[in-house]
Amino acid sequence: MAGIEVTALHKRYPDGTVAVEHVNLSIGHGELFVMLGPSGCGKTTTLRAIAGLERQTTGDIRIGDTLVNDLPPAERDIAMVFQFYALYPHLKTRDNLAFPLRAEGLPKPEVHERVTEAARLMRLGPLLDRRPRQLSGGEQQRVALARALVRRPRAFLMDEPLTNLDAELRADMRTEIKHLQGELGATMVYVTHDQVEAMSLGHRIAILNKGRVEQIGTPLEVYDRPASLFCAAFIGSPPMNLIEVEVADGKLRGQGGLALAPPPGLPRDRRLIAGVRPEALEVTEAGAERSVPARVVSAEWLGDEIIYVVDHGGQRDVRVRMPPTVRFAADATVGLRHTGGTPAVYDVSTEELVA
Amino acid sequence: MAVSVDEAVSTGPTRDHTPPARRLGGRGRSVLEVALLTVLAVVMLFPVLWMIETSIKENRDVYAIPAKFFDFKITLEHYKDVFVDPDGGRSALSVAFLNSVVVAGVSTVLATVLGVPAAWAYSRFAVKAKKDQLFFILSTRFMPPVVVVVPIFLMYRQVGLIDNKLGLILIYTAFNVPFTIWMMKGFVDEVPAEYEDAAMLDGYTRLQAFRLFTLPLLVPGIAATAVFALIFSWNEFVFATFLTSSDDVRTAPPAIAGLIGGTTTDWGLVAAASVVFALPVLVFAYLVRKHLIAGVTLGAVRR
Repeated sequence: MAGIEVTALHKRYPDGTVAVEHVNLSIGHGELFVMLGPSGCGKTTTLRAIAGLERQTTGDIRIGDTLVNDLPPAERDIAMVFQFYALYPHLKTRDNLAFPLRAEGLPKPEVHERVTEAARLMRLGPLLDRRPRQLSGGEQQRVALARALVRRPRAFLMDEPLTNLDAELRADMRTEIKHLQGELGATMVYVTHDQVEAMSLGHRIAILNKGRVEQIGTPLEVYDRPASLFCAAFIGSPPMNLIEVEVADGKLRGQGGLALAPPPGLPRDRRLIAGVRPEALEVTEAGAERSVPARVVSAEWLGDEIIYVVDHGGQRDVRVRMPPTVRFAADATVGLRHTGGTPAVYDVSTEELVA
Repeated sequence: MAVSVDEAVSTGPTRDHTPPARRLGGRGRSVLEVALLTVLAVVMLFPVLWMIETSIKENRDVYAIPAKFFDFKITLEHYKDVFVDPDGGRSALSVAFLNSVVVAGVSTVLATVLGVPAAWAYSRFAVKAKKDQLFFILSTRFMPPVVVVVPIFLMYRQVGLIDNKLGLILIYTAFNVPFTIWMMKGFVDEVPAEYEDAAMLDGYTRLQAFRLFTLPLLVPGIAATAVFALIFSWNEFVFATFLTSSDDVRTAPPAIAGLIGGTTTDWGLVAAASVVFALPVLVFAYLVRKHLIAGVTLGAVRR
């Protein structure tokens, strides 16, 4: 296993599209590192550049101590798992697993031993003599993972490996991948557009947008202190409420007078936006202490929680997460108050976190 | 070629039209269906049947009035005449058939060898102005071939390709390559690029990955495409007529057409030659019929 260093990566295609603008990553030995972002943000291109399937326009990639810029994929000693599994359709599971080893020219007993071990790890015993067509999506993905394992590579690259599975299976496989990664102590770079996957799997998450890294941090850092307005609007379901605020008398007030706890070090004379998580707000009876008047626009009953959409003093569509026991009817006049700690505050013009 | 595409495509709409017919109820529907199909079959098949009949009638019966449908003597004389010269030795027609086989076969192979890798490249790589290039390639098929016959004739005269099989092979290849690229690009798009990525990570070069993993999955598509190209080259008449003159070079379509005219026309021979000419394409299309349907309905269903 080895760490991966990506320095000033830039990728521009011959037709002029820039897939990766400028990306720096430092992925530690044995780390499960997730690249998260909407489609077209450059996460897959970055991964393919690490794999050697795309040649970057400029920038350096190091795996361990080796500069791999000019090495073909096979010599980078990495394994990749694809969204469409990419199992060779004409080969049985057993031969699909053995394939990369035979391509390397390993002796037969060694191939057999490694295939057996990978099959045991991924519990593929009964599937060894089937072809990909005879396997379900989840089984195919387990075979694909096993095929990556047999190589004993220095790093694993995962390109949205769970996207094609149904929700329940996806949760199972997520657990399985996390467990496997821990057990092997493997360096793993995992690309996804699914924030739940990113939050539950990653030791650290990089959020990419338009070919740039917006933020790198642990799942909690990314959730609590999104580094930019993009991250604030991307992470969380529903995402943060972005409320325009003013500083007055040492207090932070949103439109309609909603009072927020001011974080230290607020810049003066700039237009600011506060990012407030739906669970840091509370819907109360009208006229409750510290609350501002508001109106319930709609409510989503999710069983374990209710998402209220409320309207207060010109600021429409503020989302509030409440326990299912607190019930207000649509159109009811209510109060809205802030209950959380200091919110993240962003500068409107730079869209970056200022306090 | 255009005809075969139309025929193959028309199976789709026909099937779509069944639900309204079903409303007529079981018996009425089937009677109407059978009646319509019979009319259609007679109209479509009569010329073919008549051709086959004429090819096995004696010349007296061919000209008989009223026409004889059933009570004529069967003869295979005309088929013998297609292949054997009256003076003994090979007939001019049999040479023409051989020329057709060579010209159609070689041009199809060339178009496939050139077109399949090109289609793969267009499908897999980011190429500058890819859409414009593909449109340009397709646009060469917009005009009817007959428009360029005269310029090509003049060019060929300069380089000595008139009355030369190589000349026909080149022109047919030129017409089939764009078609092959377009049709094959659809097939290549359907094969996930991840197979090649995975193979490259496993230690193969890009070309090896294409040859070992993508190419085998493309075989049905290649078969369908090649048959279309073959049918085009085999049936092509205009260029063959203008660019060839001697019996040694002439392909079957102009050779058969050349039998008509003069003082008398041996209709029995024309019919027999036409049957022999039609058979290979029928047999070939029948053998790969599954792939042909796959080929023309490609892209209708998204995965």
